[in-house]
Amino acid sequence: MGLAKRIIPCLDVDNGRVVKGVQFVDIRDAGDPVEVAKRYNEQGADEITFLDITASSDDRETTVHMVEAIAAEVFIPLTVGGGIRTCEDIRRMLNAGADKVSINTAAIFNPDFVREAAERFGSQCIVVAIDAKKVSGEGEPDRWEIFTHGGRKPTGIDAVEWAVKMVDLGAGEILLTSMDRDGMKNGFDLGVTRAISEAVHVPVIASGGVGNLQHLVDGVTEGKADAVLAASIFHFGEYSIQEAKETMQAAGIEMRL
Amino acid sequence: MSTQTKSTVAVIDYGMGNLHSVAKALEHVADENTEIVVSSDPAVIDAADRVLLPGVGAIRDCIAEMKAQGLIPVIQKAMAEKPFLAICVGIQSLMAHSEENGGVDCLNHFEGNALFFGNNHKDVDGTKLKVPHMGWNQVKQTMKHPLWEGIEDGARFYFVHSYYIVASNKEEVAGTCNYGHDFCVALARDNVFAVQFHPEKSHKDGLQLYKNFIHWDGKP
Repeated sequence: MGLAKRIIPCLDVDNGRVVKGVQFVDIRDAGDPVEVAKRYNEQGADEITFLDITASSDDRETTVHMVEAIAAEVFIPLTVGGGIRTCEDIRRMLNAGADKVSINTAAIFNPDFVREAAERFGSQCIVVAIDAKKVSGEGEPDRWEIFTHGGRKPTGIDAVEWAVKMVDLGAGEILLTSMDRDGMKNGFDLGVTRAISEAVHVPVIASGGVGNLQHLVDGVTEGKADAVLAASIFHFGEYSIQEAKETMQAAGIEMRL
Repeated sequence: MSTQTKSTVAVIDYGMGNLHSVAKALEHVADENTEIVVSSDPAVIDAADRVLLPGVGAIRDCIAEMKAQGLIPVIQKAMAEKPFLAICVGIQSLMAHSEENGGVDCLNHFEGNALFFGNNHKDVDGTKLKVPHMGWNQVKQTMKHPLWEGIEDGARFYFVHSYYIVASNKEEVAGTCNYGHDFCVALARDNVFAVQFHPEKSHKDGLQLYKNFIHWDGKP
């Protein structure tokens, strides 16, 4: 008996539709967010993450309504991210029915925002999203850096040090995306996942690169992740959440079946 | 037309956390004769047939808000006379004391305290355990209770917390969970039931617990 590892399907939402692209290009439509969320809820997802990838101010109102519609029918935790920049943004999302918000770029430009948010709303609802890419060359010690703008802009910030700093400021969870893997279907970057998971005392969600169910198993057993996030393998019906859970359980991982 | 009178469940709004999801989950399982009201008005809470004390956030703000809004007398009165359910920080606020925020005195309805898991929490085999305890864990039902009706012993519920309850009166412990060690996650005495997990986020079993609460007569 013990705490189960979590499977989190992720809804990247653009203009009111769930989409999935390869490294943020070549976008494919994957359906209506409310319908998709309901389907995952019924399949036994442990949590749902909703990322507003357009995040322009025009779309913000649409996102709030969508979160309300999902929260009215889906009784599992819901995390909302994309364009969260102020405490007012957080308050609106929590009032709409989100349980946690994910802060990404705003944390880089103003790390103190994470402290302010955690003090005001509690660490349990503040997730810091980290987009990391390996920058060390062949033969060098492994090193990963934070990237912004969908993985195009380096910041010079060390990913592991950044994760530790975010937790010190009050982040209650880390959503780690390996940008060089995102949409590539060749598995998580297990090195950075493990390095960050072992460096912080809060849960780490591994994201970016899942192409098959063994990748989910590896994220937990080798990457030491507390939860695994995936999108396209679930959106396009390659695997169901239930199949993913059964595979992970068969590999000796404690799951909620 | 139904001749049955409406029964009301009041969700106490003391300005903390996400009441929306608690109210939505209650509405989802309520029948046409049950009305869910979210309120910080002592008169509304006092008039309700059942009262739910939610809780998200830190204990100091939680107790401070209850005091600032003059809610403590009506909470205590409700606990003395009608079906009452407390959730997450709600259960912690019913203990004598919590270690959070440098130490906070609470309502002392149940004897015992809320203690910190610690940032160096370990499993029995020495593996590091993350804090907060976040996710789905199994709840062992340590007493038969109307609120466990229709829920399998060992069912998983969703937790998010860094402090855990140590209850002085073992006969009041209604459920336990294991995370490094066994600890109390549900307390029951007379018409009061309190849980550490979030039923509103615990899918079918959580909704079943809310349904049980809506129909509970307050007898153990």
